[in-house]
Amino acid sequence: MAKVLVVTSGKGGVGKTTSTAALGAALATAGKNVVLVDFDVGLRNLDLVMGAERRVVYDLINVVQGDAKLAQALIRDKRVPTLSLLPASQTRDKDALTDEGVARVIAELKEKFDWVICDSPAGIERGATLAMRHADVAIVVTNPEVSSVRDSDRIIGLLDSKTEKAEKGERVEKHLLITRFDAARAGRGEMLNVEDVLEILSIPLLGIIPESFEVLRASNLGSPITLNNPVSAPARAYFDAAKRLNGEALDMTIPSDRKGLFGKLFGRRAA
Amino acid sequence: MKLIDFFKRPRTAPVARERLQILLAHERAVSGKSDLIAILQEEIMAVIAKHFPVDSEGIKVKMERGEVVSTLEVEVEIPTPMCPSFPLPAKPAPAEPCAVEAVEAEI
Repeated sequence: MAKVLVVTSGKGGVGKTTSTAALGAALATAGKNVVLVDFDVGLRNLDLVMGAERRVVYDLINVVQGDAKLAQALIRDKRVPTLSLLPASQTRDKDALTDEGVARVIAELKEKFDWVICDSPAGIERGATLAMRHADVAIVVTNPEVSSVRDSDRIIGLLDSKTEKAEKGERVEKHLLITRFDAARAGRGEMLNVEDVLEILSIPLLGIIPESFEVLRASNLGSPITLNNPVSAPARAYFDAAKRLNGEALDMTIPSDRKGLFGKLFGRRAA
Repeated sequence: MKLIDFFKRPRTAPVARERLQILLAHERAVSGKSDLIAILQEEIMAVIAKHFPVDSEGIKVKMERGEVVSTLEVEVEIPTPMCPSFPLPAKPAPAEPCAVEAVEAEI
């Protein structure tokens, strides 16, 4: 049975697109059929993070409006054959997305894929509510920082009220993904720790992604971190999170990059 | 400033945590309340719309929270031509729009 997953956060810049790409690639390498749907109409970036920016011909709006068939708009990943991307439009605005059109496209995607992963735009406006509308599962991406936590709280409220499931009296399964976490700073009391964020938001934890220069390196190259450097700390954290999404029970750890003497001496400056 | 303070950076995370807890307790209460008002407004409109045409702007629902008693105020405005023809008081009818005056309920 296909699952629709929304990656959302409220606040911008916390790692929704990075996480969508990384988790999608992790699930796809585990053999699942995965499609990533970019809902950030007008400010699409998932294509760029996936390295598919030059392969976009048709987009979500073309499909919603019936100007293109779904198969024409889907971009198959060149590295992982079970991974596809449905890009957002860069020129149109979000009002071109209709409720019925989105519902139809999601239903069609559910027939073809095991996971339909919707990358939500920031904010709480129409684009964000449309992205979460049909979700069975939601990942709330949060940085250990006050404004991100506050916005996540707001988004959790929307997941409980504005989704199709909520309106039917059912619940969207919600998971917290803490990104850009720095265990050393949290240990020194300079950064909210995992327990603080969990206590405030009170939804189950899916994973802790450590702050790492590897994430920028991967996006520079247009490759999800889980493909670009699968043994890096953030990639291992994403692989674990993907396994938990598939129902595996794993101990929660915060992977770290092992540093050699050179890294220990100079690593801090590089990061 | 003592030398030790210079090396020991202040722990700011507990402050962040406390500020968030206070703020979110407040914001959750407010958003819960406004949701209830919106639901009430929608349901009241559905009931009234069964009997005569009324648009969503014509219904105001307000809740005031007092220490002992809170009040729920509902005000419905209907354009006079749409008004049902029930006997009007002897006095000249109010200049439009006629209002089915606020029903105040104590909660």
